Amino acid sequence: MSLGIAILVVIAYILLTPAVGLAMEGYDRVLTARMQGRKGPPLLQPLYDIQKLFNKQAIVVNNLQTVLVLGFVIFTIFTGCIFFAGGDILLVFFAHSLSDMFLVLAACSANSPYSSLGAQREFIQMMAYEPMTLLAAIGFYMVCGSFNVSDIIAADVPAVMKAPGVFLGYAFILVIKFRKSPFDLATSHHAHQEMVKGLTQDISGRSLGWVEVGDLYEQVQMLAIAGLFFVWRNPWSYLLAFGVCMAIYFTMILVDNVYPRVKWQPMLAYTWAITFILGGGNFLILTMLKR
Amino acid sequence: MQISKSPWLLHYDASSCNGCDIEVLASTTPRFDVERFGIINTGNPKHADILVVTGGVNNQTRMVLKQLYSQMPDPKVVVAAGICACDGGIFKECYNISGGIDTVIPVDVYVPGCAVRPEALIDGIVKAIAILDEKRSKQLIMKQKTG
Repeated sequence: MSLGIAILVVIAYILLTPAVGLAMEGYDRVLTARMQGRKGPPLLQPLYDIQKLFNKQAIVVNNLQTVLVLGFVIFTIFTGCIFFAGGDILLVFFAHSLSDMFLVLAACSANSPYSSLGAQREFIQMMAYEPMTLLAAIGFYMVCGSFNVSDIIAADVPAVMKAPGVFLGYAFILVIKFRKSPFDLATSHHAHQEMVKGLTQDISGRSLGWVEVGDLYEQVQMLAIAGLFFVWRNPWSYLLAFGVCMAIYFTMILVDNVYPRVKWQPMLAYTWAITFILGGGNFLILTMLKR
Repeated sequence: MQISKSPWLLHYDASSCNGCDIEVLASTTPRFDVERFGIINTGNPKHADILVVTGGVNNQTRMVLKQLYSQMPDPKVVVAAGICACDGGIFKECYNISGGIDTVIPVDVYVPGCAVRPEALIDGIVKAIAILDEKRSKQLIMKQKTG
């Protein structure tokens, strides 16, 4: 990818992602309502929520929290910039962990017990899904021979052809990343969270608005990485990847409404088992085929 | 900019007999579906715009109510749900009840009833939403005046 195109793609990503994220979240809330037999809010409800948060009085627990929340937003956007500029997928996952760490520290900086409990649970969630993200990056390398996104999208065959297990494992951890039931332990986008709000308990007003904006970017880029499994040299593959992303998103909303929340022990057990069986098994087969 | 399109609720039981509480929760069930107005039951004062209080205030809940109210960011409105929250109801003469919640925090909307009906409650909250917008525009005018 030439530098000019990369810059254009990154600018488009920064400008368009909030709109895409809002549309996704709006559909999520309407679909969730329909699945529960309700009419549900208008499609633009997430936009109204964020607008309102930016118009509320800012009650700041401590100044550090504001800095950490901004750190979360900046590094989340930075993560997407690396990805959409065709950079290193390993770096994408590392930058993403860093941005998540900022959010956890923001929650830790408050004195509230709910907030600290949310932060601890977010750490457990990170512990559960991080191995799979690393396997996903290695999977791309084993299939395409490069960690660079620009090389992966120029491959002869889509990564999913040789690494379907890694793709399924990655799709599984997206449930944690999107804060969906059964794995929404730290905080939830809907009002069915058992621990008030957890992670975002002490973040209010404008700061909470920024967290929501950061979440929009995070969701879009996590789905985009899932789509990357279906992209190869053929330009039409982007359409396929888009369709797959939508299908994954719909499945996650369905799962959210079907399964009850689990405790952290089953979450960790399921996620690591899936990581080991699907990711590890896929690697084993790939290594045997290469011999 | 209308703040009223996304009112988030906080429900607090000051000393209610649970009759009104059940109705408050009932109005957030799929049957009445308050989410179509963008209303979410947050359970967190720092995220809430509307405080719904049931039951009269007694000595144990006075400070809690004050604290919850002070933790909510402006603009905010308070809805007294049920006759006890409005003026103490049948517990008014009790030795430990100081009356309706307006004896502790300013109330914007009074919704009477024993127990309050979900329809009446939703009506009251929609009224509160209108007040929320009024308060926001007043805030903006004050800001412009003070520079």
